[in-house]
Amino acid sequence: MADLIIRNGRVIDPSQSLDEIADLLISNGKIVGLGSIKPEGREVEEVDATGKIVAPGLVDAHVQLREPGFEEDETIASGTAAAINGGFTSIACLPNTSPTTDTQAQVQFIQQKASQADNCHVFVIACVSKNRDGQELAELGILTQAGAVAFSDAPNPLQKTDLFRRALEYSRMFDVPILDHPEMPELSQSGIMHSGSISMVLGLSGMHPDSEELATGRDLRLAETTGARLHLMDISTEGSVELIRRAKGRGVKVTSEVCIANLHLTDEVMRTFDSNYKVNPPLRSQAHIDACIAGLQDGTIDVITSGHAPRASEKKMTELDRAPFGMSQIEITLGLAITNLVAPGHIDFPTLISKLSTNPARALRLDKGTLQTGTAADVTIIDPDVVWEVDSGSFESLSTNTPFNGLSLTGRADTVIVDGIIKLRR
Amino acid sequence: MKVTATDSAVDISPVPDTWQRRHLLGLEELSKDDILTLLHTAVELKAATRGCRDKLSILKGKTVANMFFENSTRTRNSFSLAARRLGADTVEFSASSSSLSKGETLIDTAKTIEAMNVDAMVVRHSTPGSPHLLSQNVQCSILNAGDGPHEHPTQGMLDIMTIYEQRKTLEGLTVAMVGDITYSRTARSNIWGLKKLGAHVIVCGPSTLVSNAWEDFGVEVSHSLDDIIPRCDVLNLLRIQFERQYTRPFPSVREYAFLYGMNQQRMKQAKDDILIMAPGPINRGVEITPDVADGPHSVILHQVTNGIAVRMAALYLTTSTNQQA
Repeated sequence: MADLIIRNGRVIDPSQSLDEIADLLISNGKIVGLGSIKPEGREVEEVDATGKIVAPGLVDAHVQLREPGFEEDETIASGTAAAINGGFTSIACLPNTSPTTDTQAQVQFIQQKASQADNCHVFVIACVSKNRDGQELAELGILTQAGAVAFSDAPNPLQKTDLFRRALEYSRMFDVPILDHPEMPELSQSGIMHSGSISMVLGLSGMHPDSEELATGRDLRLAETTGARLHLMDISTEGSVELIRRAKGRGVKVTSEVCIANLHLTDEVMRTFDSNYKVNPPLRSQAHIDACIAGLQDGTIDVITSGHAPRASEKKMTELDRAPFGMSQIEITLGLAITNLVAPGHIDFPTLISKLSTNPARALRLDKGTLQTGTAADVTIIDPDVVWEVDSGSFESLSTNTPFNGLSLTGRADTVIVDGIIKLRR
Repeated sequence: MKVTATDSAVDISPVPDTWQRRHLLGLEELSKDDILTLLHTAVELKAATRGCRDKLSILKGKTVANMFFENSTRTRNSFSLAARRLGADTVEFSASSSSLSKGETLIDTAKTIEAMNVDAMVVRHSTPGSPHLLSQNVQCSILNAGDGPHEHPTQGMLDIMTIYEQRKTLEGLTVAMVGDITYSRTARSNIWGLKKLGAHVIVCGPSTLVSNAWEDFGVEVSHSLDDIIPRCDVLNLLRIQFERQYTRPFPSVREYAFLYGMNQQRMKQAKDDILIMAPGPINRGVEITPDVADGPHSVILHQVTNGIAVRMAALYLTTSTNQQA
């Protein structure tokens, strides 16, 4: 394996509070040095990163890969190729496959398919409950040993509070996080969009913020009393952000994430009746977006995810109540984040890299999200200034359920390196 | 090409240049001019057909498909009659007898019907936005005959036409929509149409069915029928849409009738020339007592006749416009 020198980039590594122009040397798939490096007669490949950002490989904590069971939407091969195209070197995949990811065999199947695809690293989030039906605890111990890094019934919420509490208590033995999509279904059932004046005008069933906030409050309380590791997925409301802020202030072991869609789109877009905008949590009002951005700024929200939910077009091109939730997002998440969060000055690049790399790795306790010497060389080189146009026809993802075709974005991954191997170079 | 007066035995005004719409999806997106065009065309067609009785031939050679994915009797028949009064052929399609039950998608079903050389589709569906989805996927005109609780533009127009016939203007009138606003497409279409024509609109009903957020759209919100009756020129009494509600929004029909039922006692508080309307089907004894429904102030049956006039106008305008967008 040839050595690799990434020349003259702005190296941002939140894990070491690093932000400086430097060279990065990679050898045998590992990071070996940082600074001003002279090649010493070895075979060295050089990558010029002048004007670009050299970041630890991006980590997406919330991806639906759809295989096995829903290969018409996405396969492990296509989803991981899409991840690379979007700048992600590691992804964590949800257990909503068929069969569900609740056995050793299922965990190993995903790992094996991912290793055959040989794109990015795939970390498996296994089910909290058997069959993901919220009734009985899955074999968390055996699943952990098989390689599951976290547990969740997402995109379903953990509805049964006694099961959830038991899962948190039990998970402490293995020190693995439990991930919940906070939602009280009885307050959001058959909901299509955010409950507010737009849903009122359109006559579409609403999903009230109370549905998320009551569940968030419950989840935080359970994390506090059990002392377990809780990761709250899909935060989208002002009230949830405030509840998490206060819980963190009390020292509750909680991390949280927000999906990129909930950071820049309001419920106004539902006026188009375009089912590509039907996502869960729903797109809410500007006040909720502002609260989520404030949560990113002060550290209440740790992680930005793509919430990648690929769905075949025949499933989406139907009546709004029949269309499934979700957007195919992983290939545009970085561009959307730079365009809508960094460019307007809401957050800076170091903060963005922490939300898209270092923090998700920490939340899931992965040995990723860092450029520290000796670690595996997962690197994402970002061109922060390139202006490009979204073209779902060029997606690696099998699904093109995005409302952003033709949208102009600023910034995207230029070069993606996994274990020292260049996987993408534009 | 535009249909002009000479195409027909009777004198019908040509479609004005200001009308550029191939579809009629809702009244919210229409301009005041568009709404007046619909209104005046409906009035003209009603007169030309001697009260929607006679047949014209201005849509001769055109085909209108009635595509009802949700039950309907009056709207379906009204659209059918309207199409036939103008000389068009009609195709009837209903969800129960359709290939939807065999798993065909809405868009495929519509494309299949369109391939039978249909010029307009009248679409009713329980999901808001379904006619909009079809309008983006077929070439013919789409007329929304009710999409869930969202809009029912011809119902809104026939209510407006009925008021207009009695008062010659909508400007400055106070019109109250009473009852289930949350689940009522009739209420929404009325609100947009009435406001554009200068009426003051009140929505009145239980707080679980009338959102205060309507105030943001310039609509007065009330939860007491007794408070608003003396000010109203028109009361439009809506049906409770039990079929759309997940949690019952009020304790009993008895309590609803007690708080919001229009009866003789309440009529005593009303203006002498108040108009009583109901989109129907009416539940006698719930939102309206029989003596009020059949009383001298009721224009409920005028609404039904005007429904045909408005639908003739909508079919004529949408299928005769030059605009392809």
